[in-house]
Amino acid sequence: MNEKIYQMINQQVFPSAFCPGCGHGILMNAILRAIAELEMEMKDMLFVSGIGCAAWIPSPHFKADTLHTLHGRAIAYATGAKLYNPKLKVMIVSGDGDLSAIGGNHLIHAARRNMDMTVVCANNGIYGMTGGQVASTTPLGSRTSTTPKGNQEPPFDLCKLVEAAGGTFVARQPVVTPIPLTRTLKKAIVHKGFSFVDVLSPCPTQFGRRNAFRTPYDMLTYLKNTCVSVEKAKSTAPDEIKGKILVGEFVGGKGGEA
Amino acid sequence: MALQLKKVKSSLSPGWYFMQGDEAAAEGAIAAGCRFYAGYPITPSSEVMVHMVKRLAEVNGVFIQMEDEIGSIGALIGASWAGAKVLTATAGPGISLMTEGIGYAVITETPCVIIDVQRAGPSTGQATRPGQGDVMQVKWGAHGDNEIVALAPWSVQEMYELTIKAFNFAERFRVPAFLLADEGVGHLRETLVIHEEVEIFDRLKKRGEPPFGTEDPTGVPPMPAFGEGENLLITGSTHDERGFRKTADPGTHAKLTERLVRKVRDYKNEVIQTESYFMEDAEFGVVSFGFTARAAIQAVKTLRKEGLKVGMLRLVSIWPFADEAVAEMGRKCKAIYVPEMNRGQIAGEIRKYTSQPIIPIPKTNGEVFEPAEIVEAIRRNMI
Repeated sequence: MNEKIYQMINQQVFPSAFCPGCGHGILMNAILRAIAELEMEMKDMLFVSGIGCAAWIPSPHFKADTLHTLHGRAIAYATGAKLYNPKLKVMIVSGDGDLSAIGGNHLIHAARRNMDMTVVCANNGIYGMTGGQVASTTPLGSRTSTTPKGNQEPPFDLCKLVEAAGGTFVARQPVVTPIPLTRTLKKAIVHKGFSFVDVLSPCPTQFGRRNAFRTPYDMLTYLKNTCVSVEKAKSTAPDEIKGKILVGEFVGGKGGEA
Repeated sequence: MALQLKKVKSSLSPGWYFMQGDEAAAEGAIAAGCRFYAGYPITPSSEVMVHMVKRLAEVNGVFIQMEDEIGSIGALIGASWAGAKVLTATAGPGISLMTEGIGYAVITETPCVIIDVQRAGPSTGQATRPGQGDVMQVKWGAHGDNEIVALAPWSVQEMYELTIKAFNFAERFRVPAFLLADEGVGHLRETLVIHEEVEIFDRLKKRGEPPFGTEDPTGVPPMPAFGEGENLLITGSTHDERGFRKTADPGTHAKLTERLVRKVRDYKNEVIQTESYFMEDAEFGVVSFGFTARAAIQAVKTLRKEGLKVGMLRLVSIWPFADEAVAEMGRKCKAIYVPEMNRGQIAGEIRKYTSQPIIPIPKTNGEVFEPAEIVEAIRRNMI
């Protein structure tokens, strides 16, 4: 399997541009593993991304057709390609700022149309590439380069947003549990219609160091301890899940085709 | 590489039609082989979209009304790389939103046709009124250097014919090509003659060839589509001929940006088209384009009857600019008068190529020119 995944990557682009401790590498692995396990061919895929660190996951790493678009526009570009050639299996991989702030309009409208595509949001809660500015997903109180005293704006719950807009497969997984993440990505890929996976990925360089996470390991541990599956949450006292992040498949997960 | 056109049967039966300009442009797109439209409603271009819905359904094409113009140009670029000839239609405010995508189409060499039915700006301005204020916007709206193609129809016939040409140039040069129409000609209804055949150009494909570079510094590379097994790497960042990002390499950036300009500029005479009227003995020149040219030619004829030796140059193509034609007029004429529905955008461009006096005749009240106004303005400003 590892050899197969290796073949899906453009070797000449290494070393990767991701910072040490970045979660995007785990996500990249999970995406490729999901495709390999589904026995899908990279030549049948089209990967579309916007601007930002997460947009680099498919472009230039993936040996497939890739379209690295403008900031926020990945879903709009993907919509045109998919409509004209419905045989293309389209996956959008981009960041939280790209997909939900500057590109928020395209996100909700593609969900509303139930466009047959998979959107993978590498969500690190911050603008990493530009120097750690606050995002529409930054938790309340977090310090960023543009909220030095702590973020005062409440963040989006992207899964609720996409569900309300009409997405027919909606899930969230952190990169710290790569096996459930891969499983969910597989379901999202085979789902017919608009599938959205909010992938929580740590950014130690821009988020961690401003918010008392001394090491990348601290961020991973925090994510692991903070995420609670929707199933587990049902049998847990409300007080105990206060402040936790719900993960799992919220819409379209049960009895899915995968 | 010259423009090698192939003849295909017209999509409409040959004959005479009574048609609106916007609809004729949509018919031109279908004839040119356009099979994808993405757009957003905006006056005075919406009739193009409404007509495309109907026609694309008949030819097994794809239509989508997007959430905004940013999405429209995005869908256009995605579909173009999926292999389609693509069209959108809008007006100035829509061009404003599309501009980031136009820049992206320039650097990624994505063929697309954009119909701009100009209305009276700036901003929302007078939505239902004509204007010609987007001349510079379509050329210089996007940041960085942009070589694009823009054609300016003056009749319903040209709304049809120049749309076909815009597709041919978009595909030939792999650039955004504009039909720089205006509300006057877009909403005009008059005769459209359809002939047996039209001449079209289809983008070149060559398996395995680099899609973003050629040995020739003025060349246009072949363009594969998604799903053809080419592992396309498309990016708006500076890239080498295979699409790999080279965002800090001066050589790659210089090579790319120079070719993006030269692939059009060095072959500008393939695009540039003008029409001359009464220029043989002209002592005074008029330069006009689009709907305004219909009033201008009447004004020239009136002045001729009075014995004034006036000639006229109609710009059929706007970008690349007809530099040699206006320079030639400058050599012949004592002064050049330029009526246009803006504050002198073409007049300013002409000044680059001749030192003769250029007299703008601007009109920005949201109304088209009357021939008498142009006659009066020329008489008032005789040199």
